Amino acid sequence: MTTILDQKQISRAIDEIAARVVKDLSPDDSVAAVGIRSRGEIIAQRLAEKLSALLGKDVPCGTLDITLYRDDLNSPSQTTQPQVRTTEIGFDIDERVIILVDDVLYTGRSTRSALDALVDLGRPRCIKLAVLVERAGRELPIQADYIGFKADVQIGKVVQVNLVESDGRDEVTIE
Amino acid sequence: MALKRKVKQFDWQSKHLLGLRDLSAEHISFILDTAEGFEQISTRSVKKAPPLRGRVVVNLFFEDSTRTRNSFALAASRLSADVIEFTQKTSSVSKGETLLDTARNLESMGVDIVVIRHGAAGAPKLLSRSINACVVNAGDGYCEHPTQGLLDVYTIRKRRGTLEGLKIAIVGDIAHSRVARSDMWAMTKLGAEVTFVAPPTLMPAEVEKLPVKISYSLDEVIDKVDVVNMLRIQFERLGGNPFPSVREYSHYFGLTVERMKRAKPDILVMHPGPINRGLEMESEVADGRNSVILDQVRNGLAVRMAVLFLVNQAAAKQKI
Repeated sequence: MTTILDQKQISRAIDEIAARVVKDLSPDDSVAAVGIRSRGEIIAQRLAEKLSALLGKDVPCGTLDITLYRDDLNSPSQTTQPQVRTTEIGFDIDERVIILVDDVLYTGRSTRSALDALVDLGRPRCIKLAVLVERAGRELPIQADYIGFKADVQIGKVVQVNLVESDGRDEVTIE
Repeated sequence: MALKRKVKQFDWQSKHLLGLRDLSAEHISFILDTAEGFEQISTRSVKKAPPLRGRVVVNLFFEDSTRTRNSFALAASRLSADVIEFTQKTSSVSKGETLLDTARNLESMGVDIVVIRHGAAGAPKLLSRSINACVVNAGDGYCEHPTQGLLDVYTIRKRRGTLEGLKIAIVGDIAHSRVARSDMWAMTKLGAEVTFVAPPTLMPAEVEKLPVKISYSLDEVIDKVDVVNMLRIQFERLGGNPFPSVREYSHYFGLTVERMKRAKPDILVMHPGPINRGLEMESEVADGRNSVILDQVRNGLAVRMAVLFLVNQAAAKQKI
């Protein structure tokens, strides 16, 4: 197990993503963060706080459960049972700039599911993808707009993102 | 506002839902937790999600139904399944085809989930042993109506946070009610105390063997309970004279405005529908502020989506 990001680096990565998001926004853009359960949800909350501070206005934040949109639901080879949980997006996504947030971008399949789930909720002006860690291994033509850290990880190895809110500490490791 | 609940990791393994009697409290809570995730599908822009895409659900109803049949059909459609409607009156059953032959023929067309309502207790179980498709019981005889039981406890849990320690009265035609039985199993497993309230002629045989209290007087319990579930008098099933007159029944066992004055101010009033207004319940009560009758219908949709999703998931895993 090697640590690739510690608490300070995670915090800095989110700061940098927030700064770049703000730079790309037009003055009349209405922005919101949407995190993919479960780690993406936490990073999205932190990002929304930073964005609120930088923009001087409240940036709403929501949580997306992508279980019903997974592409392996009816595949007999799935090992763990998918748990359906709630999607909690308390604002209208129509015409907004949505920053879709996940912890790790790997195969791209979660992102694909999330995009399908999002468009069933409405029609945002655009959707941008922000991830804390990006690694090689894409199985779909998907790329991130904002990347906290590019990790050089062999395919098959696991990037584990631990966050204070869910795991008691901020740390990204390779296992 | 629903309480935040941590969903426990759980492995749902059954590709059938035949009844609640044999499910544990953990199983039941897991279905309710799962249903919470399906509620929002009905409120958003596109009221459809893809998990049952390419699956076929048949509504195999040998008895009349409005709510349950439509609720299952809508639940299946919202999960992107194709739905076949089967009614006894317009089918070959009227030419003498047996239940199993009908089901096997439907299965040959590629049906994945059979939702069955039948007058004979045990019909869903028989079916589950004879065909490969998933079987969901939508009411069998006087035995069980599991999705109604689930939506009832879901509705209570949503309002009260838990069933633990609640006192619940189920009132009326218990003897002919599969709803009462499924409710009883679900409610007691989740920690509520259930009292059956009915005239002796409408109590089931051997009621003392069931995990419930018994009362022959609604006035005796109305001021003590947190929830009252008023069952429909099922005239179509009643033979003989179970009570002297409709007026007398209503006088002793109807939920009247007068009787409600003695109830706890936050009592939840439930009814599985369809209501005989003025008999089980006065209209003012059915439409009053304590009534959650329409919540039950709304929640039924989420609960049935969860059940269809879970049995299909279990079936997908068993194909290995």
